[in-house]
Amino acid sequence: MSDDELKQVANEIRKGVVTATHAAKSGHPGGSLSATDILTYLYFEEMNVDPADPRKADRDRFVLSKGHAAPGLYSTLAERGYFPKSDLETLRHIGSHLQGHPNMNDTPGVDMSTGSLGQGVSAAVGMALAAKHWGNDYRVFCMLGDGEIEEGQVWEAAMFAGNHALDNLVLIVDHNGLQIDGTIEEVNSAMPIADKFRAFKFHVIELADGNDMAQIRSAFEEARGVKGQPTCIVAETVKGKGVSFMENQVGWHGKAPNDEQYEQAMAELSKEA
Amino acid sequence: MADVKKVATRASYGEALAELAAEHDDFVVFDADLAEATHTATFKKAYPERFFDAGIAEGNMMGLAAGVATTGHKAFASTFAMFAAGRAFEQVRNSIGYPHLNVKIGATHAGISVGEDGATHQCNEDIALMRTIPGMTVIVPCDDVEAKAAVRAAYELDGPVYMRFGRLAVPVVNDPETFKFEVGKGIVMREGTDVTIVACGLMVQAALEAAEALAEKGISAEVIDTHTVKPIDADLIVKSAQKTGRVVTCEEHSVIGGLGSAVCDVLAERCPTPVRKIGVQDTFGYSGPAVDLLHEFGLDAEGVAREVEEFVRA
Ligand SMILES: Cc1ncc(C[n+]2csc(CCOP(=O)(O)OP(=O)(O)O)c2C)c(N)n1
Ligand SMILES: [Mg+2]
Repeated sequence: MSDDELKQVANEIRKGVVTATHAAKSGHPGGSLSATDILTYLYFEEMNVDPADPRKADRDRFVLSKGHAAPGLYSTLAERGYFPKSDLETLRHIGSHLQGHPNMNDTPGVDMSTGSLGQGVSAAVGMALAAKHWGNDYRVFCMLGDGEIEEGQVWEAAMFAGNHALDNLVLIVDHNGLQIDGTIEEVNSAMPIADKFRAFKFHVIELADGNDMAQIRSAFEEARGVKGQPTCIVAETVKGKGVSFMENQVGWHGKAPNDEQYEQAMAELSKEA
Repeated sequence: MADVKKVATRASYGEALAELAAEHDDFVVFDADLAEATHTATFKKAYPERFFDAGIAEGNMMGLAAGVATTGHKAFASTFAMFAAGRAFEQVRNSIGYPHLNVKIGATHAGISVGEDGATHQCNEDIALMRTIPGMTVIVPCDDVEAKAAVRAAYELDGPVYMRFGRLAVPVVNDPETFKFEVGKGIVMREGTDVTIVACGLMVQAALEAAEALAEKGISAEVIDTHTVKPIDADLIVKSAQKTGRVVTCEEHSVIGGLGSAVCDVLAERCPTPVRKIGVQDTFGYSGPAVDLLHEFGLDAEGVAREVEEFVRA
């Protein structure tokens, strides 16, 4: 797909995020929207996956370590054809396969259950290790939040991945600058992020605009060529990207749009299309 | 039992892993810088390329094992019970239990028989913790024969398993020629009519020896080995309780939340029966030689016999 086509897809996925969280009356739009462009690129361009066969053995894997961005992942999977887009309106409802945080045994296309921050990345490293050990050539992608990387387990996982030279692993830090209690600087930031991952033996790609499709493309193209060490893409993003009143607002981390806000958000996103 | 062969179940774990590896190449083993102590070193020596050291990072180790398991393979993850069930509880709960992955946790150095290392390393809470995780199978083997069978059964079973092994060498009471192991099925080690002793781990040996001493005093004790604490063999426990009318539970673990609680859960609902719980009585352990500690905590044959006699005569 061209960058323009991917942008259109991302816009549809954003609508799904707004629709799902509005229907759920809860959930996490901010971190879903900052990650949308990268999720789009991964599922529509980068990863070897088949929505008709979500568990095919040689597929590339994706672990959403920042599991609260489930609406972003679900909307991406729906757009990609893993399940009907109408399912998004069941998010967080009793009986829905779309749990508040991703569960691999509920939702087609979800490769690991996540939600407790810091844990998904370990599983991603385990997947990459398994691929190396059993001689499979699939790749593993894992997205972390910039608040999430305050968790010690992230660095335990990074240490292991670096020491084992897992070059089939690509971590993406969604560096939107915000967590729950404030900016990452106000709370307890892990800055400088790129230097830390370099120190943990990663090849680091600093993606200046993680909401720009052309830049995302070149980052993942570079990652493809990296051998002998894992890659970490540190992506500068805007939390709430695409919905004016949510952008860069810490308050939109875990809050659903009301009816009025829903209308406004959908109108803005429809103008984009 | 002085002339009986003694083996620590952690050693059985290491040997069983190596034996299993010869037959199956679909699993790997993780440890967290304790390979000599947990005896995964036995496996590592035989299959170095299938052994991965996570270093001193138990939470990550559980996640690595979970990740491996998502790919359709299996993983054993090993460290001391304190760090497997304690430090990494939430990783086990959320990354292994919730997705119901094929991770087999080999937790060694459980209970006060850790000995000299003292309270920080004597985990008396792991059965309670692991038992609360939906879908988790919890196995506490008593001897070498049972421990090896448990490792094999854990490998075969679909889903997460927590295996609890000890540091102390304990008498081998099962005959490898005739021994049959089935997950979730207790074993009547000795029949009796006055009281039922339900035990797991090294307390099975203590209970058997106690039953011997009690017989001399005219008390007929039935001894049941509940190697699987979850799912517990409720039918067997109820049947025996109906026969004897009194139940004593024996575990090298806190009396809160462990085997004793599991047995009480069953009996309270299906066959209310007076119960005496032998175990660590809501207290921390301390340093000392393992055998002396077990004696001080009343977790040897003498202590069990004393409690049972008092309970039966009361
Ligand atoms: C272990 C753990 N602690 C706390 C939380 C609650 N929590 C959910 S999201 C979040 C903030 C995450 O911030 P960040 O990683 O920056 O995510 P993003 O900005 O991309 O939404 C917190 C603290 C959690 N899910 N897991
Ligand atoms: Mg953030």
